[in-house]
Amino acid sequence: MPLLDTTAIRADFPVFEDRGLHFLDSAASSQKPRQVIEAMAEFMAHGYANVNRGAYRLSVSATERYEAVRDKVAAFLGASSSDEIVFVRGATTGINLLAHGWGSLRLRPDDRIVVTEMEHHANLVPWQMLARRTGARLEFIPLGEDYRLDLRDLDRLIDGDTKIVAVTGMSNVLGTIPQLEVILTAARSAGALSIVDGAQLVPHQPVDVSRLGADALVFSAHKMCGPTGIGVLWARPERLEELEPIEYGGDMISNVSRYTATWAPIPHRFEAGTPPIIEAIGLGAAIDYVEKIGRQAIADHDTELTRYALEALAEVPELEIHGPADTASRGGVISFTMADIHPHDLATILDQHDVAVRAGHHCAKPLMEILSVPATARASFYLYNTIEDIDALVAALRNAGELFGVI
Amino acid sequence: MALEDLYRDVILDHYRNPRHRQPLDAPDRRAEGVNPLCGDEVTVELKLEGDTVTDVAVHGQGCSISQSSASMMSEAIKGKTRAEIAAIAERFHAMMTAEDETAAGLDPSRPGSVLGDLEALQGVRRYPVRIKCASLPWKTLEDALGPAG
Repeated sequence: MPLLDTTAIRADFPVFEDRGLHFLDSAASSQKPRQVIEAMAEFMAHGYANVNRGAYRLSVSATERYEAVRDKVAAFLGASSSDEIVFVRGATTGINLLAHGWGSLRLRPDDRIVVTEMEHHANLVPWQMLARRTGARLEFIPLGEDYRLDLRDLDRLIDGDTKIVAVTGMSNVLGTIPQLEVILTAARSAGALSIVDGAQLVPHQPVDVSRLGADALVFSAHKMCGPTGIGVLWARPERLEELEPIEYGGDMISNVSRYTATWAPIPHRFEAGTPPIIEAIGLGAAIDYVEKIGRQAIADHDTELTRYALEALAEVPELEIHGPADTASRGGVISFTMADIHPHDLATILDQHDVAVRAGHHCAKPLMEILSVPATARASFYLYNTIEDIDALVAALRNAGELFGVI
Repeated sequence: MALEDLYRDVILDHYRNPRHRQPLDAPDRRAEGVNPLCGDEVTVELKLEGDTVTDVAVHGQGCSISQSSASMMSEAIKGKTRAEIAAIAERFHAMMTAEDETAAGLDPSRPGSVLGDLEALQGVRRYPVRIKCASLPWKTLEDALGPAG
């Protein structure tokens, strides 16, 4: 499979002009192309006013541009209507909204919430707290062979008592893409609210909610060339109608009297206060950017880099990869450890070679326990990464091994 | 600065062969320190006679900088009084935050310096995000010692 034209793509990202940076931390947050930077700057300079208020033309056009991004997101995700798109602060906020606005009202003691053993804290801690508030039980689809989910016990885990099934679309530690179709079909049969944490998946793979089989999907703009401070909750309209707002204030009401209020229609009832308008413009530009390159092309690029990296890393002595050994059902996220070198030492050494990786528990401490490591180092790829970035990673890892006397 | 100056042999030796790692039977003082950002953990246990630390144990898990600093600290403080330990800690913090070797009060030609092996950690000051790794055992020691009296 051919790689993307990274020379042209990298020219869009001002950060790569600054110095020879091998940026391998896009799973934490991606870099930003000038198309996004300029769209936000242009809007702030010449198009900005608050939305939903406007008797004047500038506010009307700002509102139109803000709502046009909602349409763009709906088309991007294959949603049947823009009313299914809620702007939130990020994937984390979307999950917390579902846990509070849906779960708190509907779950009863001994109901079941099901997640997987490879969730990010963002798709774990909100459910721990919901279980504590309601008396529901939190259970886990276990990790099985080759860092993939073991679904043998799925019939027991997802049954009539299961009210919520929340699963990652792609592990931010292992790179594993779980068997979503099987899990979401089981959730649907059980009548459970099914949620996909798309923080890693949506920026890297084509996702079509009309075929996904989930009730809800969340993602963040900042991992997809967009700005921080905005993300998306998509949900089926019937699920959004069941969801109670958890923030109250301006913009989300229909009518307010002295002691009572009624809510605006979906999705506006979930967007209290002045929304992230500038960030929404940035998200729109990020979608345009990603769509111009093509999500399947980005996925193929990730796969090619991952294949090359898995082969190159296998040649590094004492290096252990914590994730699937091949590129099937796997994204461009590779966690690793090296002999007794702590991942923070690895990251410091790699940084001296201008190779930027993440080191730590990656907001997945329970998964670290399963892997029997306190932490890992992690390299992750995106549309601007090159074979040279991986060669630099491998060379730096060899240097780390020599410094610590393990190779 | 070369990485070899950060990861000196003496640091790797303390990382791989940490001193005073066996927990004490009945410590008089005990404190746990954690760096939530990177997950480094250090536990300090002390035996005290009056103002003197007669025995010490440090254990935990984390990077070579935090764990070697803990091991070196245990050697530097055993048998010392509170006042002596405070002086060593002050020198250590000065070394971590100093602009250069002179400001750090380091004189490589002077034998038997107060910091001993700990001087090997001087390279850490060039890596600001790692200073907190080196300092974690000392902060934990401060908690364990508590106020005098």
